[in-house]
Amino acid sequence: MSSLFALVDHPAAALLGGALIGAAASLLWLGLGRIAGVSGILGGALRPGAASAGDERVWRLAFLTGLPLGAAITGLAGFAPRVEGLASGPVLIAAGLLVGFGTRLGNGCTSGHGVCGLPRGSLRSLVATLTFVATGMLTVFVVRHGIGG
Amino acid sequence: MSRLVALLSGTVFGVGLTLSGMVSPARVLGFLDVAGAFDATLALVLGSALVVSFVGLRLARRRTTPLCAERFSEPAARRVDARLVAGAAIFGVGWGLGGFCPGPALAGLALGVPQVFLFVAALVLGVLLHDRTLGREA
Repeated sequence: MSSLFALVDHPAAALLGGALIGAAASLLWLGLGRIAGVSGILGGALRPGAASAGDERVWRLAFLTGLPLGAAITGLAGFAPRVEGLASGPVLIAAGLLVGFGTRLGNGCTSGHGVCGLPRGSLRSLVATLTFVATGMLTVFVVRHGIGG
Repeated sequence: MSRLVALLSGTVFGVGLTLSGMVSPARVLGFLDVAGAFDATLALVLGSALVVSFVGLRLARRRTTPLCAERFSEPAARRVDARLVAGAAIFGVGWGLGGFCPGPALAGLALGVPQVFLFVAALVLGVLLHDRTLGREA
């Protein structure tokens, strides 16, 4: 896939992007003492009652607002990749339900368990990360190579 | 102040997810497709993020309190239990089906792709479905 900007889709963009993700997680921990786990922050922001305790919901909403804001800035600068490989509507709905339910049941997703939990030396995060990568690979295998593939 | 830090962190996070290509399911599914055209980009992104967050978390350890909060909120759970493994397994299946995890999906809302909204709506529903039934506080 050729692109206007050489950095898009380049390994250097992956390394730089990853470093920024790590820096963002470090900043949230250093500043607020919070794990930058997107599913947990989303769950907390959606929680009724407890979250209405002022700041508890506000910082979560601020963080969540930053995610698309950062994407928009990157896009305006011309460094956003094309969003490709989209599944059909019904599959995306099923995927969203499973990701939402599973990450809350398992207390974390790629960011909380992966980016934050692994460097914290958490055994729970290591087990969770190995598990979701394994079932993710298994799912892709079945979808792409198992059914009539 | 804490709001600004949270907004800044989220924004930098969103820039990182977008710049690294993780907002595109094709990249994520390529990494998970070990039997097909394997794409190692996700491993590069995660590896790079881990190096930086490892250093960042170490530096923060020199402090007894965060800069704008009263304490570091360490996750209380320590034990590996069935709930953790089952949740991670379910998440992985959804991740493999759609190629989206929560961070890239929320960031991707700004990229003008209608399907992302569909995924995020289902994601929110899935979160609520869990928290209103099996949530610890429920």
